[in-house]
Amino acid sequence: MEIPMIAYLVVSTIMFFAGVYGFVTRKNMLAMLISLELMLNAADINFVVFNRYLFPEALEGFFFTLFAIGIAAAETALAIAIIINIFRHIRNVDVHNLDKMKY
Amino acid sequence: MEQIANQVIFGLLALVIVVCSILTVTTRRILRAATYLLFVLFATAGIYFQLDFTFLGAVQLAVYAGGIVVLFVFSILLTSHPGDKAPLLTSKRRVVGLIASIFGTIVCGYTLLTYPFFTKPLTSVITGEVEMKEIGHALMGMDKFQYLLPFEALSVLLLACIIGGIMIARKR
Amino acid sequence: MEYSVIILLLPLCMFLFLGLVGHKLSERVAGILGTLGLTVTAVLAYVVAFNYFTMPRNAEGVFETLQPVNFEWLRFTEHLHIDLGILLDPISVMMLVVITTVSLMVHIYSMGYMHGEKGFQRYYAFLSLFSFSMLGLVVATNIFQMYIFWELVGVSSYLLIGFYYTKPAAVSASKKAFIVTRFADLGFLIGILILSFFTQTFDFQTLMSNPTSLVTETAGMTFMGCSVAAWAMALIFMGGAGKSAMFPLHIWLPDAMEGPTPVSALIHAATMVVAGVYLVARLFPMYCAVPEVLDLITWVGAITALYAAVVACVQTDIKRVLAFSTISQIAFMMVALGVAFDSDLHAGLGYMASMFHLFTHAMFKALLFLGAGCIIHAVHSNEMSAMGNLHKYMPVTHITFLIACLAIAGIPPFSGFFSKDEILTAAFEKSTLWGVWMTAVAGLTAFYMFRLYYRIFWWSKPDYGHHTPHEAPATMYLPLVFLALVTCVAGFIPFGEFVSVNGEAYHIHLDWSVATTSIIVAVAAIALATWMYFSENSKPKALADKFRALHTAAYHRFYMDELYMWVTHKVIFQHICRPIAWFDRHIVDGTMNMLATVTNGVSYGIRKLQSGYIQWYVWVFIMGALLIAVLAMCF
Repeated sequence: MEIPMIAYLVVSTIMFFAGVYGFVTRKNMLAMLISLELMLNAADINFVVFNRYLFPEALEGFFFTLFAIGIAAAETALAIAIIINIFRHIRNVDVHNLDKMKY
Repeated sequence: MEQIANQVIFGLLALVIVVCSILTVTTRRILRAATYLLFVLFATAGIYFQLDFTFLGAVQLAVYAGGIVVLFVFSILLTSHPGDKAPLLTSKRRVVGLIASIFGTIVCGYTLLTYPFFTKPLTSVITGEVEMKEIGHALMGMDKFQYLLPFEALSVLLLACIIGGIMIARKR
Repeated sequence: MEYSVIILLLPLCMFLFLGLVGHKLSERVAGILGTLGLTVTAVLAYVVAFNYFTMPRNAEGVFETLQPVNFEWLRFTEHLHIDLGILLDPISVMMLVVITTVSLMVHIYSMGYMHGEKGFQRYYAFLSLFSFSMLGLVVATNIFQMYIFWELVGVSSYLLIGFYYTKPAAVSASKKAFIVTRFADLGFLIGILILSFFTQTFDFQTLMSNPTSLVTETAGMTFMGCSVAAWAMALIFMGGAGKSAMFPLHIWLPDAMEGPTPVSALIHAATMVVAGVYLVARLFPMYCAVPEVLDLITWVGAITALYAAVVACVQTDIKRVLAFSTISQIAFMMVALGVAFDSDLHAGLGYMASMFHLFTHAMFKALLFLGAGCIIHAVHSNEMSAMGNLHKYMPVTHITFLIACLAIAGIPPFSGFFSKDEILTAAFEKSTLWGVWMTAVAGLTAFYMFRLYYRIFWWSKPDYGHHTPHEAPATMYLPLVFLALVTCVAGFIPFGEFVSVNGEAYHIHLDWSVATTSIIVAVAAIALATWMYFSENSKPKALADKFRALHTAAYHRFYMDELYMWVTHKVIFQHICRPIAWFDRHIVDGTMNMLATVTNGVSYGIRKLQSGYIQWYVWVFIMGALLIAVLAMCF
């Protein structure tokens, strides 16, 4: 018996919302970034799965995921650079301390 | 036999993904979160392999597991002391997060389960690996369904990212 | 006579100079500069007067009206343009002489009187400003120029009354003077606008060439039962009544005595307060065309004269006595103008009499005020109770003051006798009522003036302590002597030769029946005053006790100020201004405040949405997206 598409989708859904939970609750910016990677990864899985199950003759989902991974790498590198810069200034990475620009 | 093996493997991968992603966001030690994330990424790569996108799986392993997670680990080691624990969540934050995630899971799950996807059986089309040659042509071609422009845009982005990363993180 | 423009420009330059750099100069230099400037002005005015009155008369036997300078200042439309210029005719030349003479005397006098005061230079600058404005007023070629300078004299009067600006009484007096006269000037302005709207001109000469033009232009038009012409002229008279302190707009003048005494002499006795009389005289042919307004002027003048004379009889502050006496005497001039009813020489006798009295009154009233200044300077008080027996200590002041008192009481041969006699004659010519009335007021005048005189110079000596009064310095008594001499001889000037209602020469001849009556009344009043006040006794007190109600009322000026206070505070402020203020504060401001408050509140409320916490944004975003998904599924 083949694995139904829905199984992959459920797994990726759980992964995505685990990321949402982490993003909303964590205070550490690195932890938030990790949660962000989870969400991104869940989306990637969806693209690949849709490509494979719904349009097996095309490669759009494949390439979308490929580019998404590249962009994710860039984004993470930049975000970590920013976080480290912040750490140099305020000696921690708690997102709640970043309220200088508030209001 | 192959089918069953496939299912077992998928079951294992799905279990690892679900458990580890939940552990990633619930653990109070940030280094462990990074480690769990690594497991999730490995399992995701496994799913790509299972779906016969071996190149994608390799990229996933190389970029995510090999690059990003290492970055994470380094930055975690830079910004926190070993053994640091995140403070316990206040119940309000936890409830807020749970509401969003559980409600979201329910809505999405319901939608996915009830939506009539028109799936094609995997066996009906040519399966197996996507050829490297094909991928190379698609990345470098300029025709329809070929991706030279995004490729170049992404390379510029990465360059900008490198410069930006240096500019932002260097000491003044 | 183009040089007459210097008469105007010199005081203006002096004002600017002293006002801008005066504080750098020493007191002495500033005083001498101001006085010198005015001396030149006065000499020029005398030259102008001499040249003007020695000009040959024209074919009708009148002095030519000259406009040596006249240029268009502001041009709005063909007819609406405002000119500035100099108009020389007998009355304006006469006023030039009066103003410059009195102003010069006051300038000299002030060097002694104001010596050592803080703001001495400022004082001289303001005096120059006043001289400039007053001279500009009298030589105005058109009614709008007159209005401009009219306001300027109001301002300088305000500045000088409030000269001692650290004294609350002086500040409120200056405000009172300005507001009351300004209120009257509102009427003046409306009158000017009505007048010029119908006659299409501001120019005096154009108006005078056809004095009935206003009446013919507005023929048949009425407003509230009176013709529009009468309204226009009455409103213009209202401006004059305000400046000349006619009842019921007189309330500012007694308070204006808070200013320095020389200022009272110059502005509030001799020159500015007669501006109203001058205004009516200037427009006299037009007033002749509306006899009902002339009657109004007569009534107002007669009531004011009697009222002020009665009040003056019981005041104890010597400057207040003089202030009420001024009001009364100006009312004499008004009555004289009111009873003149035609441009015929005899019917218009009052016109000449009024101008004559203006001239003589300016001299002897300035003398009285300057004398009072000397006395105040000597005893450091305005109150009669601080004075007495001063004839021993201040002989010059005593003699000159006596001359002025005799002049104002109407005793020959002093100047007041002649001019007052002309007024009484004119009043009798109009009707016996006015003649008798004004004769009675003249008697009262003699009485209160001699009450003042005896009370200051005789009565009994109060306790001066070791600070005995002494004669004032020469800069102060020389002007007194000069003015006293003028007062002695001014009556013999053939005034009618120069000024008369239609410009033709008029030979003053005394009406002996009127003159005898007035002399007898005056002598009787003086005798009464002598009997009551020559030496200290209880007669005045007994009399005051006998007529307690009248005495108290007169002492409180018949409660006119209280009436004003009641009307303004209790009626206008309470019932008109308070609701308006309430409306403004609660409805107009309230609307704006409410807009601001609501905006503020809403902003505070929605500020939480822009908390800056990215996790909150994400949460809201996801919940919103899910909500939309749920809604899309449901519908």
